[in-house]
Amino acid sequence: MHIVVLVKPVPDTASSGERLGPDGRLDRAAVPAVVNANDEYALEAALKLVEAHGGEVTIVSMATAGATDTMRKALAMGATRGVLVTDDALAGADHVTTVKVLAAALSGLEYDLVLAGADTSDGQGGVVGAGVAVLTGLPYLSYAAKIEPDPDARQVRVRRISPTGYDVLEAALPALVVCTQALGEPRYPSLKGIMAARSKEIVTRSLADLGIEAGSVGGAVATTALVGSEAPPPRAATRVVREAPDAAAREIVAFLAERRII
Amino acid sequence: MAGLWVLGEVTADGTLARISTEVATLARTLAEASGQEVAGVVVAADPTAAATELATYLPRVLAVSEPAAADRPWSMVAAERIAGLLEPDTKEFMFVGAGPDGRDVAGALSATLGWGVLANALGATWASGGPVVEMSVFGGKLTTTSRFTGPTGIVTIRPNVVTAAPSKAAGSVEVVEAIGGDLRQPAVRVAERVVEAGTAAPIEEARVIVAGGRGVGGPEGFRLVEQIAEALGGAVGATRAAVDSGWIPYGQQIGQTGKIVKPELYLALGISGAIQHKVGMQTAATIVAVNRDPDAPIADFADLVVIGDLFEVGPALLAELRARSG
Repeated sequence: MHIVVLVKPVPDTASSGERLGPDGRLDRAAVPAVVNANDEYALEAALKLVEAHGGEVTIVSMATAGATDTMRKALAMGATRGVLVTDDALAGADHVTTVKVLAAALSGLEYDLVLAGADTSDGQGGVVGAGVAVLTGLPYLSYAAKIEPDPDARQVRVRRISPTGYDVLEAALPALVVCTQALGEPRYPSLKGIMAARSKEIVTRSLADLGIEAGSVGGAVATTALVGSEAPPPRAATRVVREAPDAAAREIVAFLAERRII
Repeated sequence: MAGLWVLGEVTADGTLARISTEVATLARTLAEASGQEVAGVVVAADPTAAATELATYLPRVLAVSEPAAADRPWSMVAAERIAGLLEPDTKEFMFVGAGPDGRDVAGALSATLGWGVLANALGATWASGGPVVEMSVFGGKLTTTSRFTGPTGIVTIRPNVVTAAPSKAAGSVEVVEAIGGDLRQPAVRVAERVVEAGTAAPIEEARVIVAGGRGVGGPEGFRLVEQIAEALGGAVGATRAAVDSGWIPYGQQIGQTGKIVKPELYLALGISGAIQHKVGMQTAATIVAVNRDPDAPIADFADLVVIGDLFEVGPALLAELRARSG
């Protein structure tokens, strides 16, 4: 099985340095990048599938040239190789550009499955997977809690989380599956994995390599524009209760009654 | 055709999803402010019930009957049929809920039509001929406002940020038989729909959430969380640690890789309040926490924090709540 995982380097949520530069875009120098947490679940699912069925995992990112450091963290988990699409003309890219570029990057690869995370921690749009499925013409199976490919029959079964339980979906391979955390906790890279990742291949692709005209994507043709930004209002001061359990419980109830919640 | 469109999402039993009533209310408010026309669209094997309900919020609703929606995942079928309805080159904006199905439809429509997406709106106003959308980004550390650069776009709206209110008079429902010929997107078959007993109510819609974290200690500890939630008429939530430990299903997870909620009350039991969890619940109107550790991050942003053992404070709280409700 050949599996492609779409991986986005995002600003580390645990840092507090996210800020916008004068151009209204993320100031990437101000905050360390990490692999998007939901993409780690997709990568973990891919690694388990190739362990069971044999094969290779390729990670594909669209990011700045410096993203190779972050991609190596995903390679250290066990992915075979990386493809980084990077181009100055991609600065200020919106969802439309991202989807177009990722779809073009896929067209040069061989795969049975494409896996994506449910959304990213920076923008939380959760729309890229569906868009890539449309442009590549792949069957789209989203919110997966279980992925069962049958490479010989060229089929995949996916358990899609529904509001009341789950739906069992079936489609032909190759297919695109959007993953959820229900697929299982991502592994930590082993020391051996980290060492091995240093020499793994990361292929860099420009827009020209993908046959995309520079003027047709990126900030110049962005469909959305920032009007303004501000820090959200701070929360009010915390009231701290250190009473014994019974008294503390009465304080909680009084507080909720005061706020007319009960 | 209309300038503003509302996606009507259909639940498993054919009724209108609650998120769609909120989306419709927001879009109608924008239409009234801007003089634009607004219409809803419902795509389903039998769209009548949901379309009729959506028409109590909007002046006009198209009910698109699409048999394929019966045995294919709904979102891709809906997106394809809706794309067929929209006219390129005219001023049109689509409003959808930011839940799993709404996001799927938004992503598919965006790629099909080349329309931009402004995601997870907290609210929207109308200015210079289009919606101006307020969003929370970087895990709530920044609130941004953005607009579309052209005359088209898709806005996804977070659950619970708009209070749904029906219009004064019910609108019309127009039944549309089939549009656009064959579906182009490759078939995905729904082989089975499994209803799991005891599936919790969707936490995004809950007014009160009682959530447990690592401090709850195990599945037995969640019994206490459930009992307190029941006494408050609320839903049960959890942190990633509790979900990854298998104590509670993923559907109840709140935070960066789970759901983002905005209840009136968030009662956090044994939750330290790490940033990955905080991003999912920090906009709750009131946050109350019980934690043994006075230095836990949650003690910095809760409105009220009780420093104590949740297995002592919790039962006492339960007794107080039960005594109160008599």
